[in-house]
Amino acid sequence: MALSATATRQSSRNPGSGLLLGFLGSMNLAITLLVTVGIASIVGTVLKQNEAYQNYIIKFGPFWFEVFNALGLYDVYSAAWFLLILTFLVLSTSTCIYRNAPQMLHDMRSYRLNVRFSSLNAFHNRHEWRTNSTPAALLASLTPVVQDFGYRIRSEQQGDHLIVSGKKGAINRLGYLFTHVAIVVICLGGLLDGNLPLKWRAFTGDIAIETRDIPASEVPPASRLPVTNPSFRGSVSVPEGSASDMVFLTLRDGYLVQPLPFTIRVKDFRIEHYETGQPKSFESDLVIDDAERNEPLEATIAVNHPLLYKGYAIYQASFGDGGSELELRLWPLLGADGTPRDIAGAVFKDLELDTSVGKLQLELTNFRLFNINPVQEEGKEKTLRNFGPNFSFKLRNERGEAVEYENYMSPVTMDGRDFYLSGVRYEPAEPFHYLYIPVDAQGGIERFMQFNTWLHDLERIQRIAGETAAQSLPESKADAPELAAGLTQSMVRLVTLFAARGFDGVVEEVEASVPEAEQSSVLDAYLKVLQTMLAVMYAELLTENGVDLTQGISMQDSVFFDDALTAIGALGSYGAPLYVQLDSFRHIQSTGLQIARAPGKTMVYIGFALLIAGVFCMFYVAANRLWFWIDTKDGQTRVLLAGSGLRHQRDFEKEFVRLQQILDARFS
Amino acid sequence: MTQNEILGEYRRRSFWQTLGMFDWIWALAVLAGSGFVFSRYGAVMDSYELAIMAGVTLALIATGWSWKPLRMLSVWVTALTLFAIWRYGNTLVAGETDFFLKFLFASQSAIMWMSALFVAATLTYFVAMLARAEFTGKVASAMTWSATTMGLVGLLVRWRESYLVNPDFGHIPVSNLYEVFVLFAVITALIYLYYERRYRTRAMGGFVLLVISSAVAFLLWYAFTRNAAEIQPLVPALQSYWMKIHVPANFIGYGAFALAAMVGVAWLLNDRSSFMSARMPSQDILEDVMYKSIALGFAFFTVATILGALWAAEAWGGYWSWDPKETWALIVWLNYAAWLHMHLTRGWRGAPMAWWSVIGLFVTLFAFVGVNMFLSGLHSYGEL
Repeated sequence: MALSATATRQSSRNPGSGLLLGFLGSMNLAITLLVTVGIASIVGTVLKQNEAYQNYIIKFGPFWFEVFNALGLYDVYSAAWFLLILTFLVLSTSTCIYRNAPQMLHDMRSYRLNVRFSSLNAFHNRHEWRTNSTPAALLASLTPVVQDFGYRIRSEQQGDHLIVSGKKGAINRLGYLFTHVAIVVICLGGLLDGNLPLKWRAFTGDIAIETRDIPASEVPPASRLPVTNPSFRGSVSVPEGSASDMVFLTLRDGYLVQPLPFTIRVKDFRIEHYETGQPKSFESDLVIDDAERNEPLEATIAVNHPLLYKGYAIYQASFGDGGSELELRLWPLLGADGTPRDIAGAVFKDLELDTSVGKLQLELTNFRLFNINPVQEEGKEKTLRNFGPNFSFKLRNERGEAVEYENYMSPVTMDGRDFYLSGVRYEPAEPFHYLYIPVDAQGGIERFMQFNTWLHDLERIQRIAGETAAQSLPESKADAPELAAGLTQSMVRLVTLFAARGFDGVVEEVEASVPEAEQSSVLDAYLKVLQTMLAVMYAELLTENGVDLTQGISMQDSVFFDDALTAIGALGSYGAPLYVQLDSFRHIQSTGLQIARAPGKTMVYIGFALLIAGVFCMFYVAANRLWFWIDTKDGQTRVLLAGSGLRHQRDFEKEFVRLQQILDARFS
Repeated sequence: MTQNEILGEYRRRSFWQTLGMFDWIWALAVLAGSGFVFSRYGAVMDSYELAIMAGVTLALIATGWSWKPLRMLSVWVTALTLFAIWRYGNTLVAGETDFFLKFLFASQSAIMWMSALFVAATLTYFVAMLARAEFTGKVASAMTWSATTMGLVGLLVRWRESYLVNPDFGHIPVSNLYEVFVLFAVITALIYLYYERRYRTRAMGGFVLLVISSAVAFLLWYAFTRNAAEIQPLVPALQSYWMKIHVPANFIGYGAFALAAMVGVAWLLNDRSSFMSARMPSQDILEDVMYKSIALGFAFFTVATILGALWAAEAWGGYWSWDPKETWALIVWLNYAAWLHMHLTRGWRGAPMAWWSVIGLFVTLFAFVGVNMFLSGLHSYGEL
């Protein structure tokens, strides 16, 4: 872009347009624009683009949110000012080409025979010979040598001297043209595929961005784009067995609906896994129904293998649950009636529940078939293990407060024991805290639930407490009814305390009601009594379930007892009056498709080809020139050889020296 | 040269005539190697992979013709890799029990040797330059060649190991940060060795190897603290033939830019101290290497970015998404485009260009590693 010489020439012809061209084509403008594009691009990478506006408000506060929003920083790359800079860059580069191309093309063809001796003599690379050969003989002698060096030559007798001019690597100049044309072509193609027209129409109010979360069928026409829209990039999530004839384009803080001229049905979505559990492939079987086709088109897409149909590219972009159907069993955790209730639901559907603490809304949010989690067991290396299916839900009370849960369907083995896992969290940002419900001898959850119910069954507790109190009192005091009644009462009280708030509840009770000095001894006594009472209840439960206790309690049942107590103790902070167990499911996945239409792609690719060709021409084709000035001086023939290499002076120097050596030998 | 010789030689032979017997043996050997691979694995390669193999075969022949030492390197790398593969057989167990694998040629061991040799070569180059000891310089070159050999063996054996871990896992080892750091070290060293021979000076060696040693330091830290050397299966997004060409092309770019930056450092020292300038080639030569290297890097970086765009069009739903990695690639590209403009059309030379080239390394470094560390996006394959 060495422009100064041409600029003056043009400005003398037409001062007005010359000034404009001079400005547009100036290197300073180009550099300024490039630097601005660079800085804007950096801003775009540092500030996460196209997030939900809510996140930005939280991050920057309302004031700066507005400022940044006005500057278009949440979508820098399609902000009006950014596109304007790109447009100017295209203009600037085009001007540069317009002004330099003719000269360069001329240079490529020209042999520049009209050189003066003095200018040749001023070259850095030059050599002079004096010989007795005739100019014609010299010409004949040097021609094959110079041609062998790859030069094309022309010679001309000009008055008293013969001039021979050689050039090679003229396509180096094409390199300049190719690269600069490529930039223009790529930018134009890119602008064509960008959402420039869309932005404009949103700006003029021709289309309205929809910000509400409503079904696609209810989106008003003002937020629907014409099916003919030539370029867009949108996405849609389609459950297996369903179909879609539209995609959603996210724009600013909302979206637009883009109808398609065909319908995409999703037959199946599959995930394959490596044996380590990491995903190996995501595939969707699609059927395209198009009125213009006689029969539907079936195709399977995968990551890196999109389907191209009528200029639309359909990509496998993501996946999720498509509304899996779940059969649930609700186990009450509070109250004496532990009868479970079965209920059918589906992901993304809400269920109304009447519970002991009032109405609750059960919102099923997700189902996952595989859950590969890292497991760190003592003394072993961290490994990945599949925990099997789980589902997530929220329980929302009438005040609108929700607690989030994540329950696993099958028991998970931890330290050799099996548990049902249920994660709970009160804030979305928190990690889940897990409740470990021990699995009974039959492999179910029933024994735990029954035991938990018993601990809420006041009648039963009173009866067992009475019996236990009577047995535990020594013979001598057996006939002291008030003593037995007192003991019974405190037993009942301890068990209900424990059932409601766990061991912590007992400790707090002691701390609140007993003088500090006696706390520890009282607590010891209380815990002993509680333990006895719980053990008696557990033994009765085992007996009722047909377990033979004559040989004492088995190791397995005893471990279950401890785990059950831990779990019941934790129920106080579980926050739910019921446990939702997943009984069976029908897995329905949804596939996330990205659909794009980019008519500028061909143009951009042509630009790419030009760019590569241009760059290699520029750097790897040496453009060299040579001149021989042959005349008669002092009765001898004088030969002046001068030459220059464009951009590769060092390499040219070597070539020049070699050429000179060879000619030395031939001329002398 | 006698006059007759010059006269006889003046007719420059055509390119084909300049090729000697060894050149043809080389070409045949490479073809035979590719033919063997084709006969053995052709059935499981798709047309793109076959095209890539054909391209690599031709490129290897041509590069071997124009840069002869590459042939010896290839022979050693091939021999050692085949030896290691033979020692492995069909299980990974031999990696722990076989002496040669455990201590020399299993990918981890080979890469450790590479690391050690690169660091040693760095020091040796500096000693050779400061003491102006030619023999020491030759030792340093030999060490660099050996390090490069071990690095390549490490990568190739790792390729095989990935199939031994699990046939499902098998992939070319350019898929994560650990693997590409080895690639970076090897490619930068190769570019350096080319210029070392071409300009007949070893004085730049220490400087260039310094950046390689830094890469090695990072590599070791990464391998030991994050267990990064473990072979992992490919995520679906990386399962594409594009990876085989996009990543290496990119690293020719990164390597060349890194080399240019270190030559820039050498230029600046040369400029400031007569002690250094007495021990280094002229500033003109350094400047020329810097330009050549940036031009090489720029050309390959252009190709790599375009390949990336083509890949993105197949994987992410568009040839350009303004993803942080893409955007930073553009920034790197613009930076060196500006450097080349100033060099070629404005004729800028000297200290500003040297400084610019050094700063360019930091921009490149951010695009290479920084984006993965600080920014999230689609291109998050090598997370720290």
